[in-house]
Amino acid sequence: MQDIVGQFAGIIRAAAEDKVPLRIRSGGSKDFYGNRIPGQNDRVLDASTYAGIVDYERTELVLTARAGTRLADLETELRKHGQMMAFEPPYFGSTATLGGCVATGLSGPRRASAGAVRDFVLGVRMLDGRGDDLRFGGQVMKNVAGYDVSRLMTGSMGTLGLLLEVSLKVLPLPAMEITLHMAMKEAEAIERMNRWAAKPLPVSATCFCDGGLAVRLSGAEPAVRAAHAKLGGDEIDDGGVFWESVREQSHSFFQSGKPLWRLSIKSTAPPLPLPGKQLMEWGGALRWWADETGIDAGVAREIAKAAGGHATLFRGHESCADVFHPLEPAMMTIQRRLKEKFDPMGILNPGRMYPQY
Amino acid sequence: MNSLELATRLRTFLPPDAVLHETEDLRPYECDGLSAYRQAPMIVALPQTEGEVIEVLKACHAAKTPVVARGAGTGLSGGALPHAEGVLLSLAKLKRILEIDPVARSARVQPGVRNLAISEAAAPYGLYYAPDPSSQIACSIGGNVAENSGGVHCLKYGLTVHNILKLRVVTIAGEILEIGGECLDSPGYDLLALMTGSEGMLGVVTEVTVKLLPRPEKAQVVMVAFDDIRKAADAVANVIGAGIIPAGMEMMDKITARAVEEYVHAGYNLDAAAILLCESDGTVEEVVEEIRRIDEIMNKSGATEIITSRDEAERLKFWAGRKAAFPAAGRVSPDYYCMDGTIPRNKLAQVLSGIEALSVEYGLRCMNVFHAGDGNLHPLILYDANKTGELEMTEKFGAKILQMCIQAGGTITGEHGVGIEKINQMCSQFKPGELEMFHAVKAAFDPEGLLNPGKAVPTLRRCAEHGAMHVHRGEEKFPELPRF
Repeated sequence: MQDIVGQFAGIIRAAAEDKVPLRIRSGGSKDFYGNRIPGQNDRVLDASTYAGIVDYERTELVLTARAGTRLADLETELRKHGQMMAFEPPYFGSTATLGGCVATGLSGPRRASAGAVRDFVLGVRMLDGRGDDLRFGGQVMKNVAGYDVSRLMTGSMGTLGLLLEVSLKVLPLPAMEITLHMAMKEAEAIERMNRWAAKPLPVSATCFCDGGLAVRLSGAEPAVRAAHAKLGGDEIDDGGVFWESVREQSHSFFQSGKPLWRLSIKSTAPPLPLPGKQLMEWGGALRWWADETGIDAGVAREIAKAAGGHATLFRGHESCADVFHPLEPAMMTIQRRLKEKFDPMGILNPGRMYPQY
Repeated sequence: MNSLELATRLRTFLPPDAVLHETEDLRPYECDGLSAYRQAPMIVALPQTEGEVIEVLKACHAAKTPVVARGAGTGLSGGALPHAEGVLLSLAKLKRILEIDPVARSARVQPGVRNLAISEAAAPYGLYYAPDPSSQIACSIGGNVAENSGGVHCLKYGLTVHNILKLRVVTIAGEILEIGGECLDSPGYDLLALMTGSEGMLGVVTEVTVKLLPRPEKAQVVMVAFDDIRKAADAVANVIGAGIIPAGMEMMDKITARAVEEYVHAGYNLDAAAILLCESDGTVEEVVEEIRRIDEIMNKSGATEIITSRDEAERLKFWAGRKAAFPAAGRVSPDYYCMDGTIPRNKLAQVLSGIEALSVEYGLRCMNVFHAGDGNLHPLILYDANKTGELEMTEKFGAKILQMCIQAGGTITGEHGVGIEKINQMCSQFKPGELEMFHAVKAAFDPEGLLNPGKAVPTLRRCAEHGAMHVHRGEEKFPELPRF
């Protein structure tokens, strides 16, 4: 396996020498995400070959795996031991890998209650833009030695380095999960989800769409039953299938073929003044919007900003430059400088996040 | 610019009593919670507003003067140790709680607000701020962000980094950065994580928005005695292996249990080789079920005594012992030195017997308290500073413990930070390339290196002089390092 690291480092060094951009790619399941990179001459670094679990000790709640390991393989192994990646990563394709999951930093329905990918990343091994093999963080829960580069890597879209290995905190699978359904209006759903979140209830996911609120309860059976009694609503049979359809965006809401916006905002923000359909997750903090009118990106961004957050043009776009919410100038300066430190020649996935880096 | 010139410059925008530079006024700021290290600053500045913080930073930037930010000064690694030619920037006067949003479950506070004060202000809404470092009555939230503070409940509820939403940060150039947001993620790189635990090296925090959680309906603690510390360690693994994440899981060795029992009479078993406290919280139904299972597991793991708290008073009594571990050390010894390493839990028995051997070797007693759930070990080395050479012996003993933590696959600091205290051990934990990357990250924020210089990340030159070896997975070679 160390040979593969050597090969990767060689590819990175050669690209730095030749000043040719490298496109880091593994399973390719999230190719759609981020700015399109039109470069014809880019070299592709296939990171999927560096795969396999390095270390997994279930009573330590820590798993270390190579970045090319498929999420499906990780979840199978974890499930065998009654554990899970609590951030419920979206796959967006069976080839999805741990590296892509961490590099995109995307989390699923359990995010609002359990935390995001970045909350579970404990350490990384990576190659920077010089091909140097570096380790940050570690395999323990609590570690404040050095800056938190592991979490900086999370969601950096491969622009700071090539992930080689990732250590994650994992958690036990809940003993029981049920999904409740209740009919209501959007504003009422927002109000209820926030009210519930302020109470000690075992709510692990919420989704509002088409006048229906779905709520998942997870935990010990007596706790789940008691919470059901408090919240009301009808238990649905195929809860697992439903949450997978939300996580994987196979739910009918996501099938419009129109550009899909992801608005990450304050959970208490009232219904957004956008035309057409929305789907709401994370207790109100995540709103998906299928744009059927071809609205100006600036308008969506203003609305997200006013609601305490930001907007991403998630899918169905041809944009090369403005997928992610623009940064304030002072913030852009710092981020650009960080990029230069990790990747002085600017060869790692340039432009995938922002045209400036 | 000399001290008088800079003080005069600062007094153009700060009130006269907010700029200290007479020797006797500087003395209270000579050290933080790590009092073995002392250094008077050139000037202490006590701004009251973000605008004043910006002016201080701009003035220091222009004068190329180092700045060390300080919160409540309770830090245990010397992170707020002043710089002799620098300004100590106290954030203690920025202590207003600006907003509590009970519906969105967040609080926006200034950095000088005490950790516990946030939970007190949120209590009327049934909410609280989860991270609870043992100094929570005194430590400030700004300091918590700088150190990524934890506490006894962090296995379940996370560290500071998991419980903050947004920061306002002033750079050394006096520019404001808004990092994070009221939402659950933000565009671009995750600077919220990078700032958390950055020990005042990247910027000065002027506002923190924290997450508030609903106070659990019920909490109950089980106090368990074991006749062998290995059995206690196995019991911890068995609880977690059974799919339970306790709200808190703390271990004490015999010498600690005895010291605290004499002090607070928590009702600990004095014959036990180890005492384990295991707490469950949540809804009433959750707690009843979890406590039943914990009890069963402890029995199977060979506990010699299991007592479940019957009411809130008893729960607090059991915890009082654990919380009194440090003052109890202060009662049985004139001085003590608190270490802070993290290890994979399955290495506990190995590391504890290693500490025991070192204790004999150095002729110094050591009490062990352990955040057992997350592997964070706090050995308290007992010594007498008035005995010539004993502090030096203690520091050597401590350094060996940290070295053992690295060799066990752990880290030199779980929650207290590197500061000045563990800077040499950083040379063992990281390779030169990694240390260089840390310096590069700092330079992205602070190109001139004016914020808290000399802390947290050692120069490669220092590592060479210290002669530390990078230890990784038992490999002890350090061939890349130039030797002087």
